[in-house]
Amino acid sequence: MRKIKEYLIEKLLFSSALITIAVTFGIIGVLGFEAIIFFSEVSILEFFTDTQWTPLFADKHFGILPLLTGTLLTSFIAISVALPIGLSIGIYLSEYAPKSFRKTVKPLLELLAAVPTVVYGFFALIVVTPFLQGFIPNLSGFNSLSAGIVMGIMIIPFISSLSEDALHAVPDALREASFGMGATKLQTAFKVVVPAASSGIIVSIILAISRAIGETMIVAIAAGQQPRFTLDPTVPVETITAYIVQVSLGDVQHGSIEYRTIFAAGITLFVVTFLLNTISYRIRKKYQQRYE
Amino acid sequence: MEITMEKTLDQKVVVNTIEAIDTSKPSKIEVKDVNVWYGDFQAIKGIDMEIKPNTVTAFIGPSGCGKSTFLRLFNRMNDYIDSHRMEGKIKINGKNIYKKKVNVEELRKEIGMVFQKPNPFPKSIFENVAYGLKIQGIKDKKFIEERVEKALKQADLWEEVKDKLKKSALALSGGQQQRLCIARTLAVEPSIILMDEPTSALDPISTSKIENLIFELKKKYTIIIVTHNMQQASRISDYTAFFYIGELIEYGKTKKIFTNPEKKRTENYITGRFG
Repeated sequence: MRKIKEYLIEKLLFSSALITIAVTFGIIGVLGFEAIIFFSEVSILEFFTDTQWTPLFADKHFGILPLLTGTLLTSFIAISVALPIGLSIGIYLSEYAPKSFRKTVKPLLELLAAVPTVVYGFFALIVVTPFLQGFIPNLSGFNSLSAGIVMGIMIIPFISSLSEDALHAVPDALREASFGMGATKLQTAFKVVVPAASSGIIVSIILAISRAIGETMIVAIAAGQQPRFTLDPTVPVETITAYIVQVSLGDVQHGSIEYRTIFAAGITLFVVTFLLNTISYRIRKKYQQRYE
Repeated sequence: MEITMEKTLDQKVVVNTIEAIDTSKPSKIEVKDVNVWYGDFQAIKGIDMEIKPNTVTAFIGPSGCGKSTFLRLFNRMNDYIDSHRMEGKIKINGKNIYKKKVNVEELRKEIGMVFQKPNPFPKSIFENVAYGLKIQGIKDKKFIEERVEKALKQADLWEEVKDKLKKSALALSGGQQQRLCIARTLAVEPSIILMDEPTSALDPISTSKIENLIFELKKKYTIIIVTHNMQQASRISDYTAFFYIGELIEYGKTKKIFTNPEKKRTENYITGRFG
């Protein structure tokens, strides 16, 4: 009886794992399948070199570059906000803050990542953009600047929390060695602890970038829906994710070339985030054993 | 001349045979009635001690006897422990290092420390040794290079690493890493070196190299070494202090402690009857 129970439980656990993997491969399969049909009609060369993306217009252009720059621009703004703030928080919590403070503040910061992104999107649109327009008069109502800033706030906990973990994992023996030679806390933090934790910090940054690139709601609401090949943060742009939302919600005919564009855009997004995750996984594995 | 000093207040501490100490030299370290608590636990109980310059003093005693805690008082390394509280006076070259105004960073440039486990920074060999100079704001490249070379030679490591100074210090063997840590300490040119069981993580050959090194360094530095190894204490030290549950039981010339200790407890410990 007991053996049967053990057997069933094992199979149950195994099938849950199997289903998850199967679903993942299923998604990749569908993406790939539809994208292959898309690329049989549109050349890959055109896809990556054309600077216009107008699949829904009469004059159709299928250049992913405007969407890609929109995505990279908002992500770049986000990371410029999140990196200095997140890293400062991480260093403060790990090297300066009393233990009790650290224990309270870290989960509170992680709440930032728990706020629904649609709330962030509206916050960007109706608070941050009007506020920024006070300084930048020609800022349009939809722009990558405020979407990027708010997205940056959202990903702060990714950087602060993960880099704090990395800093905290640096053995105290290194801090003692540094203090023992007459170094101050600041010198020890920046010349010994941060370099020693650099791999973990880099991983946290890559994961945050990956999260920003995949973020949909904030950019769909606040950055606009005009695919534009530009690096100007004050004008409306469209990211890959925002385009997919736009087409998925619209009344594009199923099976048409317009419909397949979302799979082509989707697989581009997938490749970018997949590469970033692979890099971070490699870095983590490479440096993991250093202090063990 | 043989002097035997008895502590007047209680009979715990017997300082024996301070023969052949040049009394004209000022005492490098003077400890007066030092007590240390961790929360409610008293780790150090009323210790008095004098340490002369250019000597090697070994602290011995069973685990948890307070010898490491005591050693870490000299460069204020216990400051980072939240529940730590210290009373009493420790004078180094006549100055009480526990006064409020004391600049702890300056103090630690004067008093180097080598730890139990080799703890090189994950940087190059050169950067490890240059670290202490660079944090002092020294920018003169030539000066730093000279100091690094000198320190590595003093630590008897130069010949082994001179062709790979840019390589990571973590690629060195444990014994080499520990000598690198000694070189790193020497580069700042302290006058006192504290060693907290510096060979406990090393093999016998590396250990003997470090012991020879300590013997050489004695000429220029005052060295205090915590060790669990009785033979090591008897081989390398001039003076030995035996600690037991936070008390200094016996302190005197190493030869005397190891051949004719005053206290039964010291004898039991060094002959291996407990510990």
